[in-house]
Formats: sequence, structure tokens, C-alpha cells
Amino acid sequence: MTEATAAATGGRDREGIAVRLARDLRDGYVVNLGVGIPLLIPRYIPADVEVILHAENGVLGLGPPAPAGHEDPDLTDAGKQPATLIAGAAIVDSAMSFAIVRGGHLDVTVLGALQVSARGDLANWYVPGRNPAVGGAMDLVAGAREVWAVMEHVDRGGRPKIVEQCTFPLTGREVVTRVYTDLAIFHIADGRLRLTECAPGIGPAAIRERTAAPYIEDFDTDDRQDR
Amino acid sequence: MIDKFRADPADALAPIPSGASVAVGGFGSSGRPDTLLDALCDLDRRDLHVIVNNVGSDFTGIGRLLAEGRIRRLTASFPVLPEFYDDYFAGRVELELIPQGTLAERLRAGGAGIAAFYTPSGAGTMLSDGEFPLGYDADGDIAVRMPARERREFGGREHILEYGIVADYALVKAYLGDPKGNLRFRLSARNFNPLAAMAGRHTFAEVEHLVGTGELQPDDIHLPGVFVDEVLLASERSPRQPTIARLSS
Repeated sequence: MTEATAAATGGRDREGIAVRLARDLRDGYVVNLGVGIPLLIPRYIPADVEVILHAENGVLGLGPPAPAGHEDPDLTDAGKQPATLIAGAAIVDSAMSFAIVRGGHLDVTVLGALQVSARGDLANWYVPGRNPAVGGAMDLVAGAREVWAVMEHVDRGGRPKIVEQCTFPLTGREVVTRVYTDLAIFHIADGRLRLTECAPGIGPAAIRERTAAPYIEDFDTDDRQDR
Repeated sequence: MIDKFRADPADALAPIPSGASVAVGGFGSSGRPDTLLDALCDLDRRDLHVIVNNVGSDFTGIGRLLAEGRIRRLTASFPVLPEFYDDYFAGRVELELIPQGTLAERLRAGGAGIAAFYTPSGAGTMLSDGEFPLGYDADGDIAVRMPARERREFGGREHILEYGIVADYALVKAYLGDPKGNLRFRLSARNFNPLAAMAGRHTFAEVEHLVGTGELQPDDIHLPGVFVDEVLLASERSPRQPTIARLSS
């Protein structure tokens, strides 16, 4: 959905999704952020919440992007952009970096998505016909304790991106635990999709219309108590 | 006396033949051994099997090897350079596409004597089910696909079998090196370098600064010289500086 249509129907813009997701990050989490909306999240993490950011290229404790004039070619993030470190950061090689990922030491990975299925299958790495590249996406979804998908609720053609079966090639099966969109938040557990929150100004009916998978409405969930 | 330092990259790399497999360190241009890659290009070798995480975004480093048509097969997670895909879809180069963590572990395993390992990464996807096109023919049709991975369930979860990688040669870059081949990397330029070095049967390391034997403290060595056969100086070097991270405020 474009900014314009989002504005027309209400719901959150890209910044708004990042703000809302940042509120769900808990103090002490180790988090990997993908490109796109996830990169907007750090600036909205509440001051009393300390989150350690992991980057695939071997950084644990990533800081903000390096300011102009202070770039160091030996210090980049996973998008190859000049980066900084926070106090207490650590550098590891790529095998150790993915030992952190696969070994369950990452609390959350936040990734963009093309499609998410009702069971939590994720498609986000490849559009057939385009140039295939996978990077660390398959390791991240296989290894992180929670996989939060962030995306527009429908694609540019208005087609739902939450579907019964993904039609794009999968990144992982039954891996997504939450979906944050411009319209809603879903939780997925035990193969069941639950609508837990509607964005401000959005009613359950509008979400039902734009979601191509069965789900239950469960607005009483307080995930703070789950943990 | 062990002295692995070599002054001339062209002489040192001359034994690498066409058709060799070469593991290369670096993540984009960060920690990429450009001095060695340029020397390899100048030697005019062909049909190389290059194992590296990514191609980079221009025609330096791996991109130069590619632009000069020297690569027969690329094993990588994130090729990205558009011209690479032109070659791939036209059948001029094969692509073995591997999840990044699996690639890192395959190199580590190869260097550590582990023949293969089971991992959940890529299970249930086209990178493990035998569907992904390894190579195209000149007409743009799929000529050969990546083989399906053996599957096995552990703890109720599907895992796939991935093989360790041993390469004929490895090219890596470090910040500091000594004549024994001991290496120290700097910040995120470490990335795949120790792993590629381990995976090489014969490993070349270019270093920004050559230090005397004994200058690197044993506790400060990231990769021991046992994994490194020859040490050369990088042609582009940053000033020597204490390895203190630039901290954000």
C-alpha cells in the first residue's frame, strides 16, 4: 500500500509501524534488524530499554550510522553502510556471528516480508524472475527465538500479503511469530494466526477484508504476561 | 626459521592454476584482499571456482575477476552486482547460492575437518529442495540445478545436510600479520577472513602492516599462522592505529 492509500484508509505509516514495534522490544533483548522499515526502529526504542543490535557481518552492539567524515572502512553494518559501535560492543567472525543467530541467542529478528502465511511461513528473499540473493535471511528465521515480520498489509496491487499459502519462494517454514503492518498486529503460535491489535482508526472489518487467511480475533492478549 | 613473508604477489600467486577453487574473505569491500585479487587477475587465470560471501557493487575485487570472465562458478550468499546476473542467466557462470551462515559454517567445517553438518537454515526452501538453478545454458534455459540436500529431523524439526568446503587456495586480508603468519583483524573487516583462511589448502594473507615475530601477543592473535602459508603486504594500507572501536556517543 502506498503512503497515499494508507493515509486515505487510516492506519500507520512506515514511521508509525516502527514506533509501535519499538514499544514491544524488551530491556536486554538482542535484536537483528533487516533493511527497510526495521532500520527505522532504533530511534524509537524507549530510553529505559537497552537493546543490543546484532549485524550479520559480525557486530554485536551496533550503534547509529557513522556521521559524515567519521566513516571507517573497517566498520560497516550488514548493509555495508559505515557504522559505529556502542560501548560494550563485540566483534566476531561470520561463523560466530551465525552461531549467535542459529544457536537461539538472538531474541528477535525483524524482517521485511513479501508474504506471511497463516502458519508463519515467510517469503521475503526472492521474486522469481528477479536476481536471486539470500544473504543471512534463512539463517535468521531458522535461528532467532522470535521472527517479527514488518510489511504493508497489502501489496501495491491491493492484494493481501497475509495469505493461506505463500506463492513466493519461502525463506523459512512456520517461523514468523508476529506480523506488524500499517493496519494491524498479528501473533502466530502453534500454527494459529491471531489478530491482537488494530491500528488507530482501523476497524476489524477493514482488516478482515484485506487478509486472505483465517484468523481469530484476540484483543485481550498481553504479551508482557506471556513472557 | 619460518618466514612466510613474500614481497611479490605475482610470484607468490603464480602456482594458482586455471580451474582452481579459491575461497576469498571480505564482506563487500570491507576486509576484501584486493591486492591479491588484482594479482590473480594479472596472472590471466580462467575457470575459477570462487567461494566468497558477496561480489561487491563495482568492478574492483571479485567484480574485476567477474568482469574479466575468469569465474566459472560462484559460491556465495549475496552476489548483487547486476552484471553478475547477466552472466549467470546467459550461462557464462554458475551460481551456488548458499545462506550466509551456512556458507560461513561450511568454510569453518572444511578447515576444521568436519565433512558435513546438519543445519535448520534453508530447510523447506528452494535452496535445499533441488529446484534452484545452478546454471543456465546459452539459450537462457536451466541447464543444471543445485542438488537437493539430505534431510533429517532433530527435535521435531527438519534439518539439511551441508558439506564442509575445502578450497585449493584461499585469499584473505588482515590488519596485522607477522612472519609466522599469525593474523589480527580490525573491526568488522574480520568477517569471513578467518574462515576462508581455514578452508584453503594453501592460504595467502595480505596484511596492512607486517609486524615482527613476537610483536603480536599470543592472546591477541585472531588466527594462528598454522592456517596461513604466505604473507604479503596490502598495497593500500590505513595508518596503524590502536584497535579501539569508534564508539557512538
